[in-house]
Amino acid sequence: MEFFKIRKDIPFMKNAIAFNAVSFITFVAAVFFLFSRGLHLSVEFTGGTLMEVSYAQAAELNMVRAQIAKLGFNDVQVQNFGTARDVMIRMPAAKGQSSAQQSEQVLAALKETDSSIQLRRTEFVGPQVGDELAIDGLKALAFVVVGIMIYLAIRFEWKFAVAAIIANLHDVVIILGFFAFFQWEFSLPVLAAVLAVLGYSVNESVVIFDRIRENFRRFRKMQTVEIIDNAITATISRTIITHGCTQLMVLSMLLFGGATLHYFALALTIGICFGIYSSVFVAAAIAMWLGIQREDLIKGQVVKVEGDSDDPNSGAVV
Amino acid sequence: MNRYAIWKYVVLGIALLLGAFYTLPNFYGEAPAVQISAAKATAKVDLGVQDRVESALKAADLAPELLALEGGSLKVRFDSTDAQIKAKDAIQQALVPDANDPSYVVALNLLARSPAWLSAMHAAPMYLGLDLRGGVHFMLQVDMPAALNKKAESLAGDIRSTLREKNVRHSGISRDGQKIEVRFRDMPTLEAAQRVIQEQFADLQMTASPDGAEFKLIATINPVASRRVQEQAIKQNITTLHNRINELGVAEPVIQQQGTDRIVVQLPGVQDTAKAKDILGRTATLEIRMVDDSAEARSAENSNGVVPFGTERFLERNGQAVIVKKQVILTGENLTDAQPGFDTQNQEAAVHLTLDAKGARIFKDVTRESVGKRMAILLFEKGKGEVVTAPVIRSEIGGGRVQISGRMTTVEANDTALLLRAGSLAAPMEIIEERTIGPSLGAENIAKGFNSVTWGFVAVTAFMCVYYMLFGVISSVALAVNLLLLVAVLSMLQATLTLPGMAAMALVLGMAIDANVLINERVREELRNGAAPQSAIHAGYDRAWATILDSNVTTLIAGLALLAFGSGPVRGFAVVHCLGILTSMFSAVFFSRGLVNLWYGRQKKLQSVSIGTVWRA
Repeated sequence: MEFFKIRKDIPFMKNAIAFNAVSFITFVAAVFFLFSRGLHLSVEFTGGTLMEVSYAQAAELNMVRAQIAKLGFNDVQVQNFGTARDVMIRMPAAKGQSSAQQSEQVLAALKETDSSIQLRRTEFVGPQVGDELAIDGLKALAFVVVGIMIYLAIRFEWKFAVAAIIANLHDVVIILGFFAFFQWEFSLPVLAAVLAVLGYSVNESVVIFDRIRENFRRFRKMQTVEIIDNAITATISRTIITHGCTQLMVLSMLLFGGATLHYFALALTIGICFGIYSSVFVAAAIAMWLGIQREDLIKGQVVKVEGDSDDPNSGAVV
Repeated sequence: MNRYAIWKYVVLGIALLLGAFYTLPNFYGEAPAVQISAAKATAKVDLGVQDRVESALKAADLAPELLALEGGSLKVRFDSTDAQIKAKDAIQQALVPDANDPSYVVALNLLARSPAWLSAMHAAPMYLGLDLRGGVHFMLQVDMPAALNKKAESLAGDIRSTLREKNVRHSGISRDGQKIEVRFRDMPTLEAAQRVIQEQFADLQMTASPDGAEFKLIATINPVASRRVQEQAIKQNITTLHNRINELGVAEPVIQQQGTDRIVVQLPGVQDTAKAKDILGRTATLEIRMVDDSAEARSAENSNGVVPFGTERFLERNGQAVIVKKQVILTGENLTDAQPGFDTQNQEAAVHLTLDAKGARIFKDVTRESVGKRMAILLFEKGKGEVVTAPVIRSEIGGGRVQISGRMTTVEANDTALLLRAGSLAAPMEIIEERTIGPSLGAENIAKGFNSVTWGFVAVTAFMCVYYMLFGVISSVALAVNLLLLVAVLSMLQATLTLPGMAAMALVLGMAIDANVLINERVREELRNGAAPQSAIHAGYDRAWATILDSNVTTLIAGLALLAFGSGPVRGFAVVHCLGILTSMFSAVFFSRGLVNLWYGRQKKLQSVSIGTVWRA
């Protein structure tokens, strides 16, 4: 079996402007929704109490809401979680009151009307922890960006590093845009997924850059644009198959992982789709516009020593 | 060219064997067990306890599957929950005659069913996180400013009495937060005081400044001392928490310091958060009272007779009754520290107590009047008192430094000091994070994580085998080896597996296949360009390697960032993610090459390789 029978190099770079325009519009839309709607942050970030209770029969959400309102908690969200019998209750951190007691009060109140109720999970996060998590998340993001840039700058060249990071940060922003637009819950596992996607989709750009470098050595007469087109065409089959395999795993999580892993898997799915797009259409184009050329990659050493596979720059030997 | 040296196969073989060996314990599952650990610092779980447990079980006609003493706790495994519960009752009766004063914690637990030879080799199943086994998680913030304020308050009192002793006249000492302000009428007095304080209080740093007509000396706790105070505060709080949690009867509580001022408490299997919170937040009090040595009291001590008016009966830890007056001389608030040590004169083991200024003054007065009498140090918890120690006063004790010695071993001195310190929390704590996971949810989470990994794995391997034929089968085997090694490493490190960790496992498998896709595509490409099969395989592996390395390093950078800055669920994800990337480099490149070499390497005139359709231009 073979999916990809490509006879000629596909002229990706000819349409680079069109592809990048699409990319840019999506990016702007994502930024717009991030600012206009904001992320629906989970209790971990905002601080507050989250409870998951399960009833013997389908739960009446309005009754649950009324009971909690009686306790004097404001701004409480009550919704079904997974099945009709499971209810998720979310309460913001109450000021001036020991919020660690919140969940017990609520459970006691709910038990009054229906003793069959079972507490499945509670989570209480103080406001100070939430702020820290947000800061730590940003620190992690900065660490990843800087780390990857330094690595790529050493292994390839700064133009590649800049191109790869721009392309992949744009993936991250688009994932966040989706979460803002649909108001999906942004929790810690989602943050982990976003950062994993950043590392993962840089892979994609690396594979293409690797091929570009190799082509520069191999085809000395080719123009930069042709070289990039050839590199992308040669790797496109691998790109789609790998991402397809990773997506199979993520799909399995989406189907079997239950509510806890739902948004995690969703973030990965978006990340994988846009990861392909950005690596193929955006990263290489940015590198091209930044003006990569043969001399950047092959520093004064045009004739290669054959078969020296320990040399990190070793590539094609023709 | 596609041959591996023998030693490479040996390395592969050893890696596989070790992987299989350490993965094995995960397959045996868990069996019900009873775990016995010490509830008090003074009680030890040793061979004697083991004998008592064995005979108690024999009397109850119960045969344990396994009885092992390790790490200060005794674990007894049974084949059914029925036997487990019966055994718990039998052991409880034998070891803990008085439920109000338990020396041992007898708790129900689940133990790995893995055979003894595996346990002996330290091969244990992965440690499941709370979201997979159910339980409570607390994060407590220690109020460090309060601990420092307390220290500053006691230092202020000490300064007051020292200055009085040295006849340095001040016009007022006050404490503002952690700053101690001492005011003086003139400069020479201030300088004299500064000298005295410098000599006596190494923990303080001072600045002098004129304040209107008066002169002001501001003393603050220096950074070294303040760090020490904070370290001690958190240590003492952890010790206190340990003692209290023992009462909950939790088999494997986790109590850890996190950062400089936080404590994480994890109680697997505990569902009653209200009780857990109550116990964590409880305060114990320490009291010093005089022992009644009248003839009446003496006789009441030895018999169970009526105690004299104005006294109470308390028990010492060895069961000896002590009749103590109701009047309280000092409370734990006046005790600033208790450390084990040695008597400077006869090298006997001793406990050194440090009292604050007010406590020292009272203590001096009391001891002057009561030489030859006994005084009792009592610890009250849950409204129930116990005599920690009841020494005889030999002479007047001034200066706030008290030494308790005589008839004590070093171990006893250690325990007593611990009890005195652990009685109360050094600084108040606040719960800033709390998580409860029901046991049914934990089991569901395991099933969900397991299903995600399994079905994802099946889908990926099915695709690979169809698309790349034999090379796909080899890639799939390599992927399976990757999973095996990952589970083995996680078991070996006893890393905590959580649901995000299982998600990371699935994700890492999805990413690991990338390396094999790269290789296989490269081999196909070489064949497409007309290379001979053997050299195509060789070139495919060689050229894909640089790309694989680059892409894994970038993924690893993201993983390390998560590990460094993540907390809770993110960390669980990051650990598995990073380890998975490392094992995947081994299995996808080294191991799969080994298989390919084994299959194709020996065939000199290889005509074709089974890698699916290779389309030729």
